[in-house]
Amino acid sequence: MTDNKAPISPKKIIIWTFLFIGAVIMMTPIIFMFSASFKYNDQIYELALISSEPTLSNYIYLFENTEFLRWFLNSISVALATTISVLFFDSLVGYTLAKFKFKGRKIVFVLILSTLMIPTEMLVIPWYILARDLGLLDSYIGLIFPGIMTGFGVFLMKQFFEGVPDDYLDAARIDGVGEFRIFTDVAMPLVVPALSALAIFTFLGNWTAFLWPLIVTSSAEIYTVPVGLASFSGEFQSEWEMIMTGAAVATLPTLIIFLFLQRYIIRGVILGGLKG
Amino acid sequence: MSKRTIAQKRAIWAWVFMAVPLVYFILVRFYPTLDAFSISLTDWNIVGEKRYIGFDNFVVLFNDPVFWVVLGNTFEYLILGVPISLLLSFIIAYYLDQIRFGHGFLRACYFIPFLTTAVAMAWVWRWFYQPVPIGMINLALGQLGIAQFEFLRSTTQALPAVLAPAIWAGLGFQIVIFMAGLRAIPKTYYEAAKVDGAGAWQTLTEITLPQLRPTIVFLVVISSIGFLRIFDQVYNMTQEGEGGPLNATRPLVLHIYKAAFDDFEMGMAAAQTVVLFLILMVITVFQLRVLRHDR
Amino acid sequence: MRGLVCAIFCLMMTTAANAVEIEYWQYSYKTRIDAMEKLIEAFEAENPDITVTHNNFPYAQYRTKVAAAVAAGEGPDVVQLYYGWLHDYLAAGILQPLSQESFPHSEIEQEFFPMVGSMKSGGDYYALPTAVRSLALFWNKKIFREAGLDPEVPPKTLDELVEFAKKLTQRDPAGNITQAGLTMGPINQDHNWWREVLVRQFGGVPYNADNSKVMYDDEAGRAAFQYYADFATRHKTSVVDFMDKGEIAFKAGRAAMHIDGSFVLSFLKRTRGGRNRLEWGVAELPEHNGIKSNFSSYWVNGITSKASGEKKLAAEKFLKFITSPRAMQYWLDQVGELPARKAVAYRDDNRNHPEFGAFIRGLDYAHTTLFYSESAQRKTVVDMLDRIVLNGMSVDESLAIAAQEDQNIIDAALIEIREAAAAKESTGVSSDE
Repeated sequence: MTDNKAPISPKKIIIWTFLFIGAVIMMTPIIFMFSASFKYNDQIYELALISSEPTLSNYIYLFENTEFLRWFLNSISVALATTISVLFFDSLVGYTLAKFKFKGRKIVFVLILSTLMIPTEMLVIPWYILARDLGLLDSYIGLIFPGIMTGFGVFLMKQFFEGVPDDYLDAARIDGVGEFRIFTDVAMPLVVPALSALAIFTFLGNWTAFLWPLIVTSSAEIYTVPVGLASFSGEFQSEWEMIMTGAAVATLPTLIIFLFLQRYIIRGVILGGLKG
Repeated sequence: MSKRTIAQKRAIWAWVFMAVPLVYFILVRFYPTLDAFSISLTDWNIVGEKRYIGFDNFVVLFNDPVFWVVLGNTFEYLILGVPISLLLSFIIAYYLDQIRFGHGFLRACYFIPFLTTAVAMAWVWRWFYQPVPIGMINLALGQLGIAQFEFLRSTTQALPAVLAPAIWAGLGFQIVIFMAGLRAIPKTYYEAAKVDGAGAWQTLTEITLPQLRPTIVFLVVISSIGFLRIFDQVYNMTQEGEGGPLNATRPLVLHIYKAAFDDFEMGMAAAQTVVLFLILMVITVFQLRVLRHDR
Repeated sequence: MRGLVCAIFCLMMTTAANAVEIEYWQYSYKTRIDAMEKLIEAFEAENPDITVTHNNFPYAQYRTKVAAAVAAGEGPDVVQLYYGWLHDYLAAGILQPLSQESFPHSEIEQEFFPMVGSMKSGGDYYALPTAVRSLALFWNKKIFREAGLDPEVPPKTLDELVEFAKKLTQRDPAGNITQAGLTMGPINQDHNWWREVLVRQFGGVPYNADNSKVMYDDEAGRAAFQYYADFATRHKTSVVDFMDKGEIAFKAGRAAMHIDGSFVLSFLKRTRGGRNRLEWGVAELPEHNGIKSNFSSYWVNGITSKASGEKKLAAEKFLKFITSPRAMQYWLDQVGELPARKAVAYRDDNRNHPEFGAFIRGLDYAHTTLFYSESAQRKTVVDMLDRIVLNGMSVDESLAIAAQEDQNIIDAALIEIREAAAAKESTGVSSDE
């Protein structure tokens, strides 16, 4: 940790070079994906990164002649709705479990925690049947309902609310603030870092989710971006540069968010990862 | 009208807050879990009547050679995936932690794949793996005069080829967690080691790694579960999502998906989810035990 | 005067009472839905006393939806189903036979293409198609020209197909194929080409008459599969799943010949950014030993067991209408699927159509496969080729395994069908009591 003063040693240069090469390798698939999306059909077989005649025709075609825009909006809506719901309910439950003393609290907590042991794959069949019986197959509600609360989020938020001093809450109670207002106006602002971590995880998880959307959707209007992409080469008979264009558009939002919120995202991943 | 105590009032509030979530957890988590177990004991094609057949589904499964191939593949993903990804991410994190110049940029490059959509990147990798004249890797190898690889069209290379993007995408997360773990080691430990005249290797094995134990436990468990549940990559990188060639890449979750939503053999599929559940549980408990106790 | 008013009134009453409403179901596919809406409009204009409600469901759930609805006495009166589902639908008691009065057998047998015969079970027809599909050979004229072949003359026989493919293949200095002579995609259409075309051309049959036994594990089957596998292993004119999919390789101008269905036409014609330099033609599948064969698949329409009385009559009228020559021509023009009646298909402008013509001519001698599970049975062919190409297994050995796997699928399905029929009978008895 004395780097600031130390002269640049040859060892450091070697390490840096290797790390740089590794970083380039890591970015290669993403770079080639974007590169191919600007190429014509007969050029994607060339290794050149930048085509001699770059074109936007793939993007124009994607948005004009396929349902991609629809899928994109579906994905955004589903991910946003789920994230908002998770933030609210998970912190409400986490807060209650952390800050209220009542009979059955331990049991409730253990029960919710135990849901973390159950893999989603085990639930998709009963969920499918539930959705079918309630007429929710191939609908937005069908897409969203399995994820509107998560055991992971409850656990994470409970950990953080436990760090909130009781004095703050009691002071508000003495001032006559209602219990729900204490939660929203006093407790919630104190755990913003945890909330942002949970928001990042939830949004990302829903944006990239594949298995359940694949199962529950069946008409192209309801598809999310991953399901749409998976159907690109089959149902919609697409060539490679079109698939790459779709993949590029699917990747872009998270990339843009990352560029702006890099620090928060990495901190959120560490917070969520280690506490969770 | 007796006045309720403050404690009682607050207990009521607690249940008010918990009411909707509790109903949800019971309806969408617990009931389906029990339902999965109960369906696994039936013969049911989703339309007709459920027929209770005891453990017949499990007997059929264990006598099915394809199921054993699938289980073998699933563990191959795990056994290759966990050590490779952890070793790579630790090495990168260890050295990246020592670098200041361009630190943020390098970290971003390693982290960005974690933010990509598995389905989208599976298709990119699928394209990369094609033979000439379109596959980027084989095109590059060809220009260097190296014979091309079969990749996805080989019964031996296909599984590692499908695994690679899964490792690639998870690396950024593991690196970031490792770096956080490294930062959390008190500097005084290192200073003491320096005073004792310990070399870099000795410092690594005697201070860094033992201190990282909780981080390693966490990452081993998380990544094991991830590799055992691999699906997106296989579904999108193999022809018609079949997990071929010759079932060489088909993991358990894909097998479940096909049984349930291609063949509508719900009982058989549910039985497989029970197997998956048991495997995940055993491995998690085992790993937590081993890694925590053998100090 | 009073009498007249009364008469008009009575007449109105009877028409009102006769206003029958029937329901039609098909799976969601945009061009099909649009075309069907138009047909229904025309039908209702001709039959003002019948209203048709048109419902569609996504493909993935379609099959279970129909089964569940009909079992509950709800759902469609006229239903569209994939021809391969007939077995299941009959076992589940979803369909009723088409009456001889409305659909005389002699008429069906004379006017429709012969593969419609597979809609017959126990002496009754159960469903009729509006449109059918078949296979044809696509060839790239530019590649033919470059290889010194006449760009207007596609291969006529299987031997020519091999010969042409060899001439049309290009490799890089390392020996890797950069331009395939013929695409190979068993998972796409080639499994059908092998099963119904090659096996027959080499003198065999894929299944026995009642479709309960695999018959291709014989000399003919072996010769047929050897012929197919040789493109990859001996002639080296093809890479399996070259460029991931035959149609992609063909469209990219990297494959000289490709076998596919009429549904690939729209993909080949699609242009983006004004660049589509592909020059191609469509020909009938090559013959062998003087035998021509083709594979056909189709969607049919049947009347469900739920329709009775007036509804049944209305359903018959509607079924007649959507399988009429007029509807078929409309369907070809709008959806691009081939007419199921010979008279419509044989119209000069259809039969000699530069794109549809080869497919239509192929219908004369097309066969269908009555799949029990299309994806599982397809996989046996895919795996059969992979064992040979990837693991170096002999054709004999691999074919024997595939035949056994296929037979197992058939046996399991037959048991299920028998059980379902038995269950239906027993519940039928109890409900009568």
